[in-house]
Amino acid sequence: MSRLDFDVAHLLAGLMVLVSFLMLYQDRLYSLLNTFALHALALALAVAWQAQIQDAPHLYITAAIALLFKAMIIPYALHRLIQRLGIHREVEPVAGLGITMVLGLALVALSISVMLPVTAAAGTLAREDLAFALSVVLLGLLMMITRRNAVSQVVGFMSLENGLILAATGARGMPLVVEISVAFSILIAFIVIGIFLFRIRERFDTVDVAALDRFRGDRR
Amino acid sequence: MSAFANHALAGVLLIPVAAATVLTLVPSYRLAARINMAASFAALLCALVLIGHRPPPGTYLFVDDLNVVFLVLNCFVGFTASVFSAGYIRHELETGRLTPFYLRFYHAIYQVMLFGMSLALAAQNIGVMWVAIELATLSTVMMVGLYRTHEAIEAAWKYFILASVGIALALFGTILVYLAAQAAVGQGLPAMSWRQLVAHARSFDPALLDLAFVFLLLGYGTKVGLVPLHAWLPDAHAEGPTPISAVLSGLLLNVALYALLRFKVVMAANPGAIAPGPLLVTMGLVSVVFAAFMLYRRRDIKRLFAYSSIEHMGIITFAFGMGGPLANFAGLLHMTMHSLTKSAIFYSVGQTSQAKGTQKLEEMGGLSVTHPGLAWGLVIGVIAILGMPPMGVFMSEFLVISSTFARAPLLAVPLVLGLLIAFGALVLRLQQVVFGAPKGEVRPVHTTYLPIVMHLALVLIAGIYLPPAIVTWFQNVARSLG
Repeated sequence: MSRLDFDVAHLLAGLMVLVSFLMLYQDRLYSLLNTFALHALALALAVAWQAQIQDAPHLYITAAIALLFKAMIIPYALHRLIQRLGIHREVEPVAGLGITMVLGLALVALSISVMLPVTAAAGTLAREDLAFALSVVLLGLLMMITRRNAVSQVVGFMSLENGLILAATGARGMPLVVEISVAFSILIAFIVIGIFLFRIRERFDTVDVAALDRFRGDRR
Repeated sequence: MSAFANHALAGVLLIPVAAATVLTLVPSYRLAARINMAASFAALLCALVLIGHRPPPGTYLFVDDLNVVFLVLNCFVGFTASVFSAGYIRHELETGRLTPFYLRFYHAIYQVMLFGMSLALAAQNIGVMWVAIELATLSTVMMVGLYRTHEAIEAAWKYFILASVGIALALFGTILVYLAAQAAVGQGLPAMSWRQLVAHARSFDPALLDLAFVFLLLGYGTKVGLVPLHAWLPDAHAEGPTPISAVLSGLLLNVALYALLRFKVVMAANPGAIAPGPLLVTMGLVSVVFAAFMLYRRRDIKRLFAYSSIEHMGIITFAFGMGGPLANFAGLLHMTMHSLTKSAIFYSVGQTSQAKGTQKLEEMGGLSVTHPGLAWGLVIGVIAILGMPPMGVFMSEFLVISSTFARAPLLAVPLVLGLLIAFGALVLRLQQVVFGAPKGEVRPVHTTYLPIVMHLALVLIAGIYLPPAIVTWFQNVARSLG
């Protein structure tokens, strides 16, 4: 494998980590969705590159799904949903921006220090790709727990899932990657439909104690 | 003969798919409920054939001594739940909680859910198993949100997000297992098949396996409902339709546990990897004790039994974590008994809450006066789940505890403590609901005793006389689990 193959793969995977950080500090839902589209675009490029260097044409399907479904259809559908349902357009963070960013940095450091030693046998390409992928997964989790809005939690979940697809394509010759990415797309489509059907305007956690009691169901 | 067995396996998987397709087209709920029952029964018959005739292992599917236990149990409870659901749904239609439109959807999704669980159990390939568990999860999410009340939607959303994160982590673990296997087995499908994984586990990289198991434990552990990953479970059980609570408790938790068990076998086959046992033992014990204390504070009858499910999944995880032929045997037996008993309890509870028009424990009372039949069902079910002789749960719990005492007496102390605390809580609540002056409304219900009687009779028979054929079979499985 040439040096260039290697560098481009890392560049694209690193780009995903960077965009994950960008998503952490977006405070408007629309700009969050645009950033997510960028994330999915980076994923599509990274997967297409893997398809190229691994000589695995079926991965182009995964790349195409990422490009069409995640970078275009889903952000567009969520834009429309936010308009139709009149969802609050501001992201409500649970923790402060500074703390979230520091936590994010710590998670990236953690995933690199965990993944690099254990994957020593797995080949250089897979190794560092996996470290980046785990970073993206953990940053997605961080985003899910530091946001209150349903839509931004969903975006967090989708970025987490992008990290998983990156990991699956990085594992050389892994079967069923295409099927798994299709299964994930179905899952995401269901989540978006779910938001629409259930007309979830806000996450249910509010500071209104009466409302909390009602939702806990058990405290009546 | 193997062609016959192949057809049986295909039947277990394809009948639900075909039924789901037909059910989306059937407008009448009566007919739909009958088709649902018939399809579940046909799948059960096919699963029973698999006990005697095993198809040769394929690339994607296989049947061995271990998963056939789960498959038969899956199809059996799937069938009885469909019988119970017919009466339950009729009542919900009459009281206007559900509309015919949603029922079409309900029956189709029910079959999709059974398909997802059977596929996960019969999967040879860890990727296929993951996709199947995701499918089963998605379909149960839709069922939990079926009533579309605020609470149901909140419960479905919570389940959705937590379970999605769980299965996402499980996928990362699956990818890591593939990476570990790929170095030893080579690229492609064999590196994801159970048989190859177990056969070559010895030469995998232990560090990679360790990391993979952590992700798998967190991911599938969420679906098993192990504390502290259980937050979705009580809500999902309480807010969805009761047949779904029964299937969730009796089957879906088992399917996730089955996945963990298989990975445990792979881990155990590698001498360099961390022992998975202590991790499972710890999570199991924490679940038992935590759930036992939580039982006292429940005010909703379905939540009460949901916590009891967490407790029992804790016991089973504990037993499998202890390992060895005896504890594995006890775990397997307890899992079977718990599935049968807990779904019988949910059948009684569902009809009870319909009869009383509420799920609140405070507003129920005197069931023995108003609905003696249901009261008997509930009392016998709760006695069974408490582990009283002569029911089968007694035998399995006794085996778990005695094998623990023999090997690690200190671990038995929190276990027994948890069981006793749970015992007190359930007896207290049972008394409140069944005895005393009648409280609450009395509504007519379409009671179907058949599923309750079938389940409890099986539990009773297992407690009194466990056929030697089943004992040898379970012992073989227990030995293979290590």
